[in-house]
This record gives sequence, structure tokens and C-alpha cells, in this order.
Amino acid sequence: MKSIIQIKNFNFFYGESQALHDVTLDFNENQISALIGPSGCGKTTLLRCINRMNDLIDDTRSEGNITIHEKNIYLAEVDPVEVRRKVGMVFQKPNPFPKTIWDNIVWGAKINGYTGNLEELVESTLTRTALWDEVKDKLHTNALFLSGGQQQRLCIARAIAIKPDVILMDEPTSALDPVATARIESLITELKKRYSIVIVTHNMQQAGRISDCTSFLLNGVVVEHGRTKEIFLNPKEKKTEEYISGEFG
Amino acid sequence: MADSTTNFSQKQASLEKKTRIGESLIHVVLFACALCSIFTTVGIVVILASQSALFFADPQVTLLGFFTSFEWQPSIGKFGILPLLNATLLTSFIAVVFATPFAILVAIFLSEFTKPRIKAIIKPILEVLAGIPSVVYGYFAVGTVTPVLQRVFGSDTVEFYNTASAGIVIGILILPILITMIDDSLTSVPNNLREASFGLGATRLQTSFGVVIPGSFSGIAAAFILGFSRAIGETMIVALAAGAGSALTWNPFRGAETMTGYIVRISGGDISYNSIDYNSIFAIGLVLFLATLGLNIISRRIVKKYQWNV
Amino acid sequence: MERITSHSSKHSEDINKALQWQPKPLRTRKRNETIMRTLMLIALYCTISFLFILAGSIINNAFGYVLFTYEIHPTEFSQGGEINELSHAKKIAILKENLRERVYITLDRKKPMEKRSSQDLSAIIFSRVLKASVLEAYSLFESLFQRGQLIENALTYPNADLIFRSWISPRFIRGEQSTNPLESGIWGAITGSVGVILVTILFSFPLGIGTAVYLCEYMPRSRWKNLLQINIYNLSGVPSIIYGLLGLVVFVRVFLPITSGQLFGFTSGAATDSGRTILSAGLTLTLLILPVIVINTQEAILSVPTYIKQASYGLGATKWQTVWHHIIPYCIGRILTGTILSVSRAIGETAPLVVVGASTFLTIVPNSIFSKYTTLPIQIYQWSARPQQEFQNLAAGAILVLLTIMLTLNFIAIMYRKRVQKKLARL
Repeated sequence: MKSIIQIKNFNFFYGESQALHDVTLDFNENQISALIGPSGCGKTTLLRCINRMNDLIDDTRSEGNITIHEKNIYLAEVDPVEVRRKVGMVFQKPNPFPKTIWDNIVWGAKINGYTGNLEELVESTLTRTALWDEVKDKLHTNALFLSGGQQQRLCIARAIAIKPDVILMDEPTSALDPVATARIESLITELKKRYSIVIVTHNMQQAGRISDCTSFLLNGVVVEHGRTKEIFLNPKEKKTEEYISGEFG
Repeated sequence: MADSTTNFSQKQASLEKKTRIGESLIHVVLFACALCSIFTTVGIVVILASQSALFFADPQVTLLGFFTSFEWQPSIGKFGILPLLNATLLTSFIAVVFATPFAILVAIFLSEFTKPRIKAIIKPILEVLAGIPSVVYGYFAVGTVTPVLQRVFGSDTVEFYNTASAGIVIGILILPILITMIDDSLTSVPNNLREASFGLGATRLQTSFGVVIPGSFSGIAAAFILGFSRAIGETMIVALAAGAGSALTWNPFRGAETMTGYIVRISGGDISYNSIDYNSIFAIGLVLFLATLGLNIISRRIVKKYQWNV
Repeated sequence: MERITSHSSKHSEDINKALQWQPKPLRTRKRNETIMRTLMLIALYCTISFLFILAGSIINNAFGYVLFTYEIHPTEFSQGGEINELSHAKKIAILKENLRERVYITLDRKKPMEKRSSQDLSAIIFSRVLKASVLEAYSLFESLFQRGQLIENALTYPNADLIFRSWISPRFIRGEQSTNPLESGIWGAITGSVGVILVTILFSFPLGIGTAVYLCEYMPRSRWKNLLQINIYNLSGVPSIIYGLLGLVVFVRVFLPITSGQLFGFTSGAATDSGRTILSAGLTLTLLILPVIVINTQEAILSVPTYIKQASYGLGATKWQTVWHHIIPYCIGRILTGTILSVSRAIGETAPLVVVGASTFLTIVPNSIFSKYTTLPIQIYQWSARPQQEFQNLAAGAILVLLTIMLTLNFIAIMYRKRVQKKLARL
């Protein structure tokens, strides 16, 4: 079980207020790691630190290291743009570009210097996200005409088109209906064969269903962290047990 | 299926900062664009101030005399701004007084008494009125309004050049601005206030004048200040209708040159670049600039301070 | 207990009396409301009628009878005095016989006589051969309702003709300025206006959008950003004539070598050695409309949903890639609409151009951005300032042309905006 992302003593500040306190976590390669916790506990903040998306917000500060493939991404000489090319992100509300399905997938690859065959790229990514059969005849229509579930699968396809090592997912199914949710969950489970996935979810059952490891956060602190089965069946901390049994949340 | 996703350039390996020359260049270019607006303001201030300094440096001109003496006749060395200032204020005052009843009544009507459908028809008409160039209004003033005034009040009372005609037409010019701003201000009053009033059995009229207007008082005041500021800065209408003879008078039926009229007359003629006439237009321009700037800032402050915190 | 009761019973009587007040009868309130509504409607109709009165006064002066007098009367060449009805060939013959040779050759070189339209030839005969000049001109109203008086008056002039004329005509549009109001045309003014506006668009479009992009996407929130923002708002409220003063010093005087073209070797033709060129005018107008373009573009950029930007950055795009590929395409419709409207406003600007040195009487047509120039609004200003009716007529004709241009531009902008809104709504 090789760890691909290592977070060490990581602190994060929005202005004066501290959102993450001394977070230390490892995420393993080709596994699905879930971040769970009540609203405002910092799980989304932590996720967005892994691909340095929080740099885009004014007046933020971080301390500590995050390494991906043993390379510290918070060193001064590291370019956040490069980091985001290696770490893909899927957002809570599906956000395809208001362009064609083809353009959505191809654009990210193009700006990253892709020189290969575009048709193959489009077909392979859409096949991997189980969308190819549904859209192969309308690749050049606007992506916004797809259903919510299809749009989210398109966003996943768009993310894997740039060949990331890690995919971060921020509550990817919270805006979808149960049928679409089920399809995406099975897709994610397929994807872990090739990618390492970190998923933030509000839905504990989802974390229980699909993840291999789970971390429970509360008020910006990692309360407990370990294999999903153990966390859910045998939590060590009292707070973890209370959250899982629904006493707060 | 071949894994075609491996065809990215090898530069992908490292995470280090790439020197993106293109991005830096674009950043610099865009920064330069933003600087233009600073240069414009600095330019205006520097130019107006420096040329005015030359004006005041001339032995014929004194600062006190500029603001207090009653005659503006550069050819005989009289440099008192009061006649020009007075004419400007007179025309603007006439403009605002003329426009006020129309502006308020129409704005209340649009915001409180009509359906959105009718409003959607009237708005474009107002936009057309607002889009007419001021020189066309000037033609209207001198070609139609002045003769009408002469017919009504007698051509002995009303001179060919007069400030009343200019004032009325400037009033028409600022009417769309006033209506739009007052209407915006009225509609921004939260609906629950109106409902409270209706709930007490008030008519629409009582609600408008008793609740909505007092509630948007700051917005209405700001609108009038802005309208007045616009009227002060108006040039072509006064140049055509108010005449080129400077006179210190409150009779609206006589001609009187305004500050803007003077600037456009002098600069439109043959001027030598270092004469006192040339420098005087900058001194007048400086007063105009400071006045409109002051009014605009006050207007914005009022709106911000008394905005509805919904 | 009893004491309290007696005290409170009187007290409660007073209170109850206070609550028994009668509201004003609904009738009175309704009547007040009706009065007010009537007043409001009157105000509304007055406001709308201002527009129609203005339009009426323009049309009133654009057409009307003109009392001409001639050096040579038209009956010399045609029995009934109807020059217009002569044949094309006959007209050319008249011109050849009666014009000085040099004049004929110049006219012919400009456009060969055979190619000219019949109306064109008639007009030349009128002005150059018959040497028609205006005795009196009349408005449309006078022409329609006082026709009898006009005709009577005309009869007192033996050598004069009363002809109904439309002051706006193709000849008017394509003609050049002249001291004779009958011959005056606005082609030079139109060329000048077009030249100035093209320069304005060339500079204001990139500068305006660049500034807005910088402010919205690149500049971090700080005191300086607030200052810059306030600065732009203030600039948008500065009277246009101040920009004229700015342009006079900066572009006409300080940048003289550039704006006069001397730096680039343009020293002949319609070019001038002073800085009073189309280039200066265009740059001045650029500064004038820049704040409004920036504000409008900023609003457009801020309307782009955050999730699009996030998706773009998430894929590892740089800031410029995000701006160029996603932000600008999303709001380009709104940006263009605002820019077209600003440009339309700039076309009608007069005061700053007078200050910056537009010529008021120019017989040549400008041929480069380094030429002397005049513009349509300035032409209107010149003609409106002269009290004679024929100049009011000319002004009205020019105003019709100017308003047509502006209304067309505004119409295009509004139609474009509607189309863009419809497209966005479908998604």
C-alpha cells in the first residue's frame, strides 16, 4: 500500500481565522480515500489545498507540506498551475464549459500540450466514464443540454483527459438524483484501478460504500483516520462514533 | 485501445515554475491599460492646474479679483468669473426647476402605478431621449424654443440669446437621467414596506408619498445633484442658445455666456498658445472640473450612506 | 379597589374616545388619487411629446420652399423654365457652353459628365450656370400652411422662382462644404466623423477591455484597487469639454510630432503641421468614453459564473487562458453591446472636438488620420448658429443624417443584445 499524497503538519488560514489545524494524513495509491465530517469542518478546504485551488482566494495563508509522489507542492518554486495539471478536480455542481462535448474534453488537453490523436482521446475518456455510447452521435452539440448525471460524467472525463495521477472530488453526487448517483459511484470504483481518488462527501453511507480509507474531520482537526471498515464498525474516538451514529452532523 | 493519453509533452514531469513569458507579458500589458485611467486623471489635474497657474501669474489677474469681481471682459483686462459662474448656475437652476415636476411625477408613475408591460414601452422612449446628442438639443433651443418664448412673452422681453431657452432644453436633456435614477431609487425600497402600508388601508397615492418617497429620499437627492452636475457641464446647448456676451444678470430672457460657452468660444477661434485668453480657459475649466467632481462625489456618498441594507 | 376603578374608568373613556376617530372618507382619498394620476399622466405625455416636438422641428426644417433668384434665369434654356425636364445630352451641352473651360474640365475629371445622373447635372446647372442664390427659405410648416402668402411674396420678385426643396438628398450627402448654402454638402463632415470614430474604436476597445480584465481578474483586492475603481467612476462624470482641454494640451501640443504625422513623414496633402488632426480627435474621444467602457465590461465580466472559472483553473489553465477561452467568450455579447452604445454616443460629441481643433469650415475631404477634419456634429453646430432660415434647413438635414446613423447603431446593439440574451436563456 504505497502512499501517494502525504500531508504533514498542515495549517491553513483564511485571513486571521484558522481553518485547518496541524493536519497529518496519508492517501494511498489506487485507492479511494474519503473525507467526512459535519459542515464547516474543513474537508473541502483541505481538498482544495491538495491542488492549490485555495491560492486563487485573496488573503489566504498556509503552513506545512503536502507532497505528491514525494514532491512537495508547497515549496516556493512550485507553480500552482503545474500542480493543477497533475491533480484533476471534479466539483459539486457539474460545471461543463458552455461549449460542445468535444471542446470540453479537448480543451484541457490542448492547453497542456497534447499532441496525439484527439478522436482517440475523446473516445477513450468518454468510454472510461461510461458516457461514450450515450453521446457518441452528438459530440458537437452543447454540453449544457446533457442531464445532470451526464454532465458530471463529462466533467470526470474532462478531468481524466489531462492524465492526472490523482483525482479530487468535492461532493460529486450531492447535486444528482439517486440513479445518477449510483452510476457515478460505480464509475468511481472502476476509476480507482488507474487513478488515486480523494473524495469529500457529506453522505456517510456513500463513504461507507465506495471508499477504502476514511478520515473524519471536525473543526479543522483530523479526529480519526484509517481503513473505512474499522472507522465505521470500530471507531476509536468518541466523537467519531457520535458522528457516525448521527448524534450530530 | 491504445492508451492515447500518454502523448503529452515531456515537460509534464517537473512541478517547477515555468517561465511563462506570454503570461508575464500579458500581465504587463493589462497593467499598462489600467494605468491609462490614472494618467488621464493625473493629466487633467496637472494640465488644468499648471495652465491656470500661468493664468494667475499674469499681472492683470488676481486670485481674489477672479472670484469676486463682477466683470468678465478679457479684452479690457477684466477677469472676474462671477458673470460666467452666475450664468452657468442660472441655466442649470432653470434646467432642474423645469425638469423636477416631470421627473418626479413620471418616476413615481413608472415605479408605483404601472404594470411592467407599460414600463417596458416607456423605457425605450426615455433611452432615445437620453441618446440624442446635445448639439441637436442646441439646434432645438435656438430654432424652436426661443421663437416660442418670444411669441409667448413678446420679442421685446425675450432676446434672441437667452438663458431661459437654454435652461429649458437642458432640463429636457437631463430628464431621462433624473427619471431613471429616481425610478431606480423608488423601486429599491423593499416591498414589505409597501405591503405594511397597504395593510393599514392606505391608497397607492398615500403609500407613494408617505412611505416610498421618504424611504428613497437619499436616492432622489443624489439624482438631482447628479442632474445638476450634468447641467453645469453642458456646453453645446448654451453655446447655441445662451449667447456669447457675458452678463451678470438674473433675467432669464437675456443672453449670458456660461463657463462652458466661454471655453468653447475661445478655443474654437484663433488662439495663440501663450496668450492670456488661452490660459483663461484652463482656469475656468479648473473651476468647472472641481465643481462637477465635488457634486459627483457628494452624490455617490449620499447613495452609499443611506442605501437600503436589505 | 373602587378608587382605581373610578380613575381607570375615566381614563379608559378617554382612551376609547381616541380610538373612535373617523378615518377620512375613502371618497376624498380616491379623489386625490385620481387628481394625482391625471397629473402624472400629463407629465408622462409631456415628456414623450418633447421627443415628438423635437422630431417635428427637425422635419419641419428639412423640407420647404426656397425663393431663388438667378443671374441667368432658367427660361433662357428652357421654355417653361423647367431645367429638370431637359434631356441628359442637352444638359451636358448647356454646361459645356456656359461654364468656363477650366471649371468644366475640373468637374469632368472629378466625375465624367456622361456618368453623372440627370439630377446631378441639373444641380450643377442651377448653381454654376444660373448662379442661383437664396433670397428666402421657408420651413415645412410655412410651406404647407402659408403657401398663398409665399406665392404672393414670390411674385414681387421678377427674377425669382419658388421651388420646393428637400434639404436632405443624395447630393447633400455626397457634396462638399461650400459658402453657398445651396451647394453645401456634408461629405467632408461624414468622412471626418467616420475617421475619428474609427480611431476611437481602435484605441478604446482594447484599452477598455484590458483595463476591465486587469481590474477583475488580475488585481488583488487592496487600497490601490479601490482607488483605481473610484478614479474610473469619477472620470465617467467629468464634463466632456474638460476632455477637450486635456486633448488640446496633450495630443495637439505635446504629442505634436506624432499626431501631426511629422514623425512619420506625412507632410503633404490634406495633412497639417498643427496637431489638429483626426488622430488627436480620436485619441481625445477615446479618453472620454474609456471609463464607461471599463465600467460596462467590468459588469459583464463579474456576471460570469464562478464555476466556469473554477473548472478552467482546475484543469491547470493559466489566468490568461481562462480569461481568453472562457471568460471573454461568455460575456462578449454584453461587452460589445456596451461598446457599440458608447461609440454611438461618441459620434454625437461636439464640445471636446471644437476645443481640440476641428475645423469649422473645410472644403477638402480628409484623406488620412493626419489631416485637418470636421465632423457631422460640428457642421450642425456651425449651421445652427447662423440665424438665416436656409442654414437652419441645412442643419436639419445634417441632423437627420446624424440621427439615422446613431439610431441604426443603437438598433444593432439592442438587437444583438436580445439575441445574446435569448441564446443564454436557452442553455
